[in-house]
Amino acid sequence: MQSAETLASYVQPARVHRRVYSDPAIFELELERIFGNAWIYIGHESQVKMPGDYFRTFIGRKPVVLVRDANGDIRVIHNQCAHRGSMVVANDKGNTDEFQCCYHGWTYHLDGRLKAVPLQHGYPSDFDPKNPKTAMTQIPRVKSYRGFVFASEAADGPSLEDFLGYMATSFDDMVDRAPDGEIEIAGGVFKHGYDGNWKIYLENLCDAAHPWFTHRSSIEAAQQQSDEVYSDGSGEIAVRQMRQNGAPYSFWENQVGIWTYPNGHSYLGDYHDDAKLVAALKDPVFRDYIAAMEKKKGKEATRRVLETRRWNSNVYPNLSFMSQFQQIRVVHPIAVDRTVVHTYNFRLKGAPEQMFRNTISFANIVNGTGSLVLTDDLEIYNRIRMGLSSEGAEWIEIGRGMQSDVPDAHGGRRGKNSTSEVYIRNMLDAWLGYMTTPPERAMRAAS
Amino acid sequence: MARLPSRPALDLRHCEQFLLQEARLLDDGKFDDWLALFTADAWYWVPSEPDQTDRFETVSLISDDKRLLETRVRRLASPRMYSQEPRSRTSRIVTNVTLEESSAQSCTLRSKFLMIEYRREQQRLFGGTALHGLVQQDGRIMIAWKRIDLVNCDAPLDGITIPF
Repeated sequence: MQSAETLASYVQPARVHRRVYSDPAIFELELERIFGNAWIYIGHESQVKMPGDYFRTFIGRKPVVLVRDANGDIRVIHNQCAHRGSMVVANDKGNTDEFQCCYHGWTYHLDGRLKAVPLQHGYPSDFDPKNPKTAMTQIPRVKSYRGFVFASEAADGPSLEDFLGYMATSFDDMVDRAPDGEIEIAGGVFKHGYDGNWKIYLENLCDAAHPWFTHRSSIEAAQQQSDEVYSDGSGEIAVRQMRQNGAPYSFWENQVGIWTYPNGHSYLGDYHDDAKLVAALKDPVFRDYIAAMEKKKGKEATRRVLETRRWNSNVYPNLSFMSQFQQIRVVHPIAVDRTVVHTYNFRLKGAPEQMFRNTISFANIVNGTGSLVLTDDLEIYNRIRMGLSSEGAEWIEIGRGMQSDVPDAHGGRRGKNSTSEVYIRNMLDAWLGYMTTPPERAMRAAS
Repeated sequence: MARLPSRPALDLRHCEQFLLQEARLLDDGKFDDWLALFTADAWYWVPSEPDQTDRFETVSLISDDKRLLETRVRRLASPRMYSQEPRSRTSRIVTNVTLEESSAQSCTLRSKFLMIEYRREQQRLFGGTALHGLVQQDGRIMIAWKRIDLVNCDAPLDGITIPF
């Protein structure tokens, strides 16, 4: 077991020990103290619209089910039979009246309570199927923020609102972009796996200093691409994005920013204004969108939404999303050197249908499994794992921008410009806080 | 005297030969030559879901119009494509070829494929069904569209960089 002193010695002001990314014992402790404690993003309410709708996912490595119960309440329950421990729900999603274990037929209500046990007479005389411990146990705290469902295994702790703090405004930005004020997950899912640590993924999503190098091949391929070649229009936004990644350092240093907040959250902002990606007012689809927004929300609110230019927002430890392109990525830690990321897209209700097609196209080309951009990020994640397996260098440098970071008006810290590594230092501050505090274990109600 | 055909007919024998040549170009890394097999307005699609019906409102592992396919192939030639440093080597087997629909000018071809990809001490096996929309153009067989259904299209996958 790692002592608090040892863990603290791994995180220093401008550097972090490589073991934080490569030690299996530290990973196991992360599952307990971070994923077993913090508010973990589970899913979106639009994935479970009707009673009986369910969605299978994980908290850390623990299989859980997000379900809307018979009363319409959202629950997150362990996907585990109270009898012999078998995983009960095997399909990724669906609708059901009850959950039934395929081993001995133990059957559960949608909220996880036991409903029926075959051959009940054969169990010991004190066997009580009404004992709440004999259930697909509920995660003690489940809470939504504007449709985004989080769960915490800690019975006590900060509220979801306190946990999110100012980062809640990134969710606001995503939802407020819908003319009807509502969004829904649509268009399937990407599942990316890489042989590397989960923390690397979140770090890269706020890294403004890497595109120029890592993504050179797609930048150059897109910059050299003739626009005369036939296009059905679906690649338009993606080609613009790849070209934009080639913006000179002066752009990243003068126009883009990085903001960080307590509990490890951060966002990269002011990367694109909408004009760069969707040709703004010249684009008829975007003009229709603005008209729909102004009709539903008024000119002032519409202007405010369009002036918000957040690129990637990270909610530590398992969510990264992009409000401007209605995309979320959910980070699933599998092992110290294995991570799977699920990427989903949202439809803005009330927006022109073509905008959702742009969202899908953007995902395919920039963030997809076979995309021209993400593939090079995955290569970096794999290479970091290979590099960090060596003891050649004990420490990882994370000091960039430290001397010039400034406080932010909303209780956080921001880089002087986007190339500060403040977002890594901020995540590791949160990491150390979680890792050195044994979480209050969830108290199971006594019968 | 019967006139000799001036161009290859879209019959099973010619189409099968075409598929083998296509697979060979890909295995040999001749991506420019492969791209030249596609018509000016061709599309290339690798769905992310089994039985996916829609190319525009559901994400795809790859969904390229001609301009994106050209960009993709240009990137494959870049020495700075780090996800191809070192390069993959592939070996494809194309089989079970059937003609699903055909007319004098176009046909739909269905085939099964296995592709072994070796890169940096790891070997991956991809397999599935290929659908080719082939047409006659300027005396040649060309690809108007191509759809690849991987049996594991919805699995967590590391990056896909070499076209199927």
